[in-house]
Amino acid sequence: MATFTEKLGNIDRRIIFTVIALSVVIPLAMRFNLPIPITPGPSTDMFDVVEALPAGSMVLLSFDYDPSTMPELQPMAFALTQHLMRKDIKIVSMALWPMGVSLGNEVLTSVSDSLGREEYVDWVNLGYKTGGGVLIVRMGSNIKSVFPEDYDGNSVDDMPIMDHVNKLGDFDMIISLSAGDPGVPAWIMMAGDRYDIPIGGGCTAVSAPQFYPYLGTGQLIGLLGGLKGAADYETLVRIGMENPPPGTAIPGMAAQSVAHLVIMLFIILGNISYLAEKKKKGGVK
Amino acid sequence: MRLFVPLTITFVAGIIMILQFFVPATQSMGESLQEWYMIVASFAIFIGAANLLQVHAHRIRFKGRNWKYSPVTIVGFTAMVLTGLIFGIEKGTPFNFLFLEMVAPMSATMFSLLAFFVASAAFRAFRASNWRATLLLISAFVVMLGRVPIGAMIWDRIPLISEWIMQVPNLAGQRAVMIGAAMGMVATSLRMIFGIERSYLGGAD
Repeated sequence: MATFTEKLGNIDRRIIFTVIALSVVIPLAMRFNLPIPITPGPSTDMFDVVEALPAGSMVLLSFDYDPSTMPELQPMAFALTQHLMRKDIKIVSMALWPMGVSLGNEVLTSVSDSLGREEYVDWVNLGYKTGGGVLIVRMGSNIKSVFPEDYDGNSVDDMPIMDHVNKLGDFDMIISLSAGDPGVPAWIMMAGDRYDIPIGGGCTAVSAPQFYPYLGTGQLIGLLGGLKGAADYETLVRIGMENPPPGTAIPGMAAQSVAHLVIMLFIILGNISYLAEKKKKGGVK
Repeated sequence: MRLFVPLTITFVAGIIMILQFFVPATQSMGESLQEWYMIVASFAIFIGAANLLQVHAHRIRFKGRNWKYSPVTIVGFTAMVLTGLIFGIEKGTPFNFLFLEMVAPMSATMFSLLAFFVASAAFRAFRASNWRATLLLISAFVVMLGRVPIGAMIWDRIPLISEWIMQVPNLAGQRAVMIGAAMGMVATSLRMIFGIERSYLGGAD
């Protein structure tokens, strides 16, 4: 007959799945928010750089992700766009991923409508083109030859926002929200390093560790990593705001907190079982 | 000839792309090659779409493994293409509705399943079997707590320790991996340019 520790080590995975599902669903359903502690790091660095940009600056915002990573990246896209538009910074957006265009358009139109910004004057969505890193290199010499029309098929020559933009060097900052390749590394290597433009990034939590070398060298001026990065940015953007717009990152952190605790609990249970069984079979080395 | 032509194209294109950084006269040739690359990459999308239809049509015809899912793929593909071509892709169109209300939630759902498998795999495999694994386990716990607000509620220094782990040991490891991968990439690229590495030709010797 199986002992208690053996049973503990062989918990049915359906039980694990159910507990994880409940740990995410219950906090989201109860809508309880936890305070987001802001500690100095890549998120605050990103906020500080955007905050220091003067009104009228030009920022290229690249939506390099697809719906699979939307829960993590879309909240940071909303928070960043709100920050940029509130500061009267002009946004030229594009995508290195085909499905990023529609997701970007959703963010831009929604924030623009809420803040009364005008398309083609305050922002434009250039759309998607294939090529990844090569596309960025081509944009380095002439953006209008790569994107002669925007997402809706209108000529970029007729847009006031594009009057002073001819090449990547005309931007004050580039921000890539990326879920993989092509994404942040391509922007760093092909745009940041070549044309000396500050690059900021946003990525999923699992890919954040791989970008720390770029933060260490200053090639990346800030990074929003996963839902935590999005929640940090949402919190920073809301400071001093009378009626902050609803965000999805901060409510998501409560669910993520509980889910992390549950996963840690399962790891501890697994190890209790493992060490007990090991001791029984001949002692812990 | 079957080997000579692709190897020559690879050699000439590779050399031009390197020379354009050092010889201004080759810069325009490099730019032309980049233009060609983007055109070829655009065609690859059509090849991918045609291949998808061909694979699933073949599976339905010969009742291959899981063939019942193939009609769903073809119907979904056709619906997106037709709504996009007929009504456009702007906000408020049927294409945009299908994308935001069906494609987006379904894709996000697939990615979210990762959390369940990570939890199950961590429970079964994340064991403190020796001091190195224990160190990894402790680091993982600190980073996991440091990434959520509850970590700071337990002890306000946890987020700082978590950030230190990311900025020092993680950075050192990542940099080592990155430098190794970059050197490997340079070596592989040179082997391809000089025709030593030929596996990209599909196994031809």
